[in-house]
Amino acid sequence: MEKETCTFSYCQKPEVVEVETDLLLIGGGMACCGAAYEAARWASANKLKITMVDKAATDRSGAVAMGLSAINTYIGENKIEDYVRYVRADLMGITREDLVFDLGRHVDDSVQMFEEWGLPIWKKGDDGFSLDGFQAKDAGKKSLREGGTPVRTGKWQIMINGESYKAIVAEAAKKALEVNRKETGVDQNLFERVFIVRLLKDANDPKRVAAAAGFSVRENKIYIFKAKAMINASGGAVNCFRPRSSKEGQGRAWYPVWNAGSGYALGMQAGAELTLMENRFVPARFKDGYGPVGAWFLFFKAKATNSLGEDYCANEEYLADARKKYGEKYVGKMGTAIRNHLMMKDMKAGKGPIIMRTDQAMDVINKTFVEKLGEKEAKKKIKHLEAEAWEDFLDMCIGQAGLWAAKDIDPSKSPSEIMPTEPYILGSHAGCAGFWCSGPGDIPGTPDHYSWGYNRMSTVPGLFMAGDVVGASGHKFSSGSHAEGRIAGKAAIAFILDNPDYKPAARRTADEIAAELYLPYEVFEKSKTYTTDPDVNPNYIKPGMLQARLQKIADEYFGGISTWYMTSKTMLDEGLRQLVVLKEDSAKLGAANLHELMRCWENYHRILSLEAHARHILYREESRYPGYYYRGDHDFIDDDNWKVFTCSTYDMKTGEFTMSKRDFVEIVK
Amino acid sequence: MPSFVIAEKCDGCKAQDKTACQYICPNDLMALNRDLMKAYNQEPDQCWECYNCVKICPTQAIEVRGYADFVPLGASVIPLRGTDAIMWTVKFRNGTLKRFKFPIRTTAEDSIDPYAGKPEADMSKIKQPGFFNYEARKE
Repeated sequence: MEKETCTFSYCQKPEVVEVETDLLLIGGGMACCGAAYEAARWASANKLKITMVDKAATDRSGAVAMGLSAINTYIGENKIEDYVRYVRADLMGITREDLVFDLGRHVDDSVQMFEEWGLPIWKKGDDGFSLDGFQAKDAGKKSLREGGTPVRTGKWQIMINGESYKAIVAEAAKKALEVNRKETGVDQNLFERVFIVRLLKDANDPKRVAAAAGFSVRENKIYIFKAKAMINASGGAVNCFRPRSSKEGQGRAWYPVWNAGSGYALGMQAGAELTLMENRFVPARFKDGYGPVGAWFLFFKAKATNSLGEDYCANEEYLADARKKYGEKYVGKMGTAIRNHLMMKDMKAGKGPIIMRTDQAMDVINKTFVEKLGEKEAKKKIKHLEAEAWEDFLDMCIGQAGLWAAKDIDPSKSPSEIMPTEPYILGSHAGCAGFWCSGPGDIPGTPDHYSWGYNRMSTVPGLFMAGDVVGASGHKFSSGSHAEGRIAGKAAIAFILDNPDYKPAARRTADEIAAELYLPYEVFEKSKTYTTDPDVNPNYIKPGMLQARLQKIADEYFGGISTWYMTSKTMLDEGLRQLVVLKEDSAKLGAANLHELMRCWENYHRILSLEAHARHILYREESRYPGYYYRGDHDFIDDDNWKVFTCSTYDMKTGEFTMSKRDFVEIVK
Repeated sequence: MPSFVIAEKCDGCKAQDKTACQYICPNDLMALNRDLMKAYNQEPDQCWECYNCVKICPTQAIEVRGYADFVPLGASVIPLRGTDAIMWTVKFRNGTLKRFKFPIRTTAEDSIDPYAGKPEADMSKIKQPGFFNYEARKE
């Protein structure tokens, strides 16, 4: 196939803006907001410049853009070691316990900051019932920092009134950046609506990255940010797999639909080592709306059963089979993956739909309240509880509320269907796919290969990671991502101070970069009038179609919904052959406008993320995460050979992956 | 459940340099038709239904219609976001109405003073655990 180049013969050449900074923050979600807040303080003494670049508006960007109804990581009265044990169990034994412990010892300060900044946090009232953030304040309840008692749903989760969670956290980050801007005298240090496409290697030091290149999605401008250190916190990968919805509903992804795998692609192109990229998350959620089930399971104590009313987690036949394949050690802990596995057994046996018995849970609560409080008071409390149940959705998954209303489902009166979603690749929620990062090094029992000087630095010097892209350290959630951004921010400042003579010099010229980034524009403009319908043209592929092709390959060969998450060496080999051809075709992506140009590059990022995912699944010859995916040719857990970190690096020039193993070390007994 | 713009109510935020919905959409979906001076959702199948455009619209011209591939017609969920609380009106297909009011923040918007009352960073501790204001927990 003829190779396309961009000479700006057809599309308009963009203005190139070069920005020099010390620390560059790529992303604008919880992790980057945390990084901005912490780094700006440490940067102050030496007047180091911090620049943040966000593809959206920071007030509402990242995974918390809609809001949240709970903060899932607050250690509080618990032990950090128990947090490590819980994360390890849920992620089937293999985690970087140094990173998890480190997160656990820092995270509470971020949560306490959120409350100080204005996030309403529920507190336990004197009568044992919950008070929302306002009621708690009116009742003079202590803040978390003062030792106030939050409302726990599970051991690690606390309830919040989180509609404005991100706006509040963003405000603090933006103000911190403004402090830094004034101290350093730069004109601008927050760039919104600028999408970073790739990182550029240093001209003098092939190991390092010198710059990040991207473009404005609002005007014809290319940006090249030169930096002495960078934090990549640009999210996980959503909609790589064909979703269950067939049309409009594919926007209702469980994780934010704008997480396009940029976080993985940027680091991979820079040569950073990945770890556990085979890991994925398949959440069981309310069907179609993908509303959260945590509060219903943990707070309202609802039970899920098959349609015959049987508890699939207590099916002795399934359990015996699971123990044989995956071991009592894992099955007994009943982590999320195993529960998924048991649910799917019932679904495959035709015992679906799986039903969350929200009505029965409310009946029980009703009865208990009436016994405890009498009819009148109970009615009042139930009304409050009903509002709490609806807030769970209206804060963080409004579509679920809309779906229930449209189906005339009042969850306190009728049960609802739950369903495992399409797979998601991420590292901050209940997944752990990401980069191999240095830990803090000071935790007793840390082996040498876990730490090389700067906390959360990848294997590329000066390139730090936070949030979804730090591998082998899941269950951070929103608060943990913020805290991890702060950890990385502080460490990145230390790195910059230790390398005062480094002057970043990008290996490529501004013109070359502009031509690369605008290629889909040029390709489209060159051929668009050849056909009468610009969407059907043999000379280019539009980003939406490329994404559909990507999703079909992922779904059918890499263990998506259509094969019940089943794959094997033969399937992976064939899928990868097709994916490599798709990667080749991505050079013919066509963009009609800046919005489509962003979609083109987002989907290129998805291709790289998905390829890494598939190559890791192929490499790990076992089924470590039953309920998330199965290797039909190795449908067992094999601790003797595979209780290890799978790692890989990507060579951008050749398109080849190099796979390896690293030893797992248990730090917390 | 993609957002839609009610033609009669949208004035294209003509007093501003860009529309509020364009400014806020995390997925860059809202666009302005300059001939009509009306906003529209340019890619409804990529809408996460986060409602940020609905909440921010100064003329309340934006609402959400359920994803047509699985949501029955006839319901609506409409927010009214104030400075410290948000009100929701949920209308069921069968006409049932539910109204809720939830707190959104306990401080005034734009009132955060990020480092007020917080210590300076102690540069001698930059390679130790902890934040500039917080000693890492030990146990």
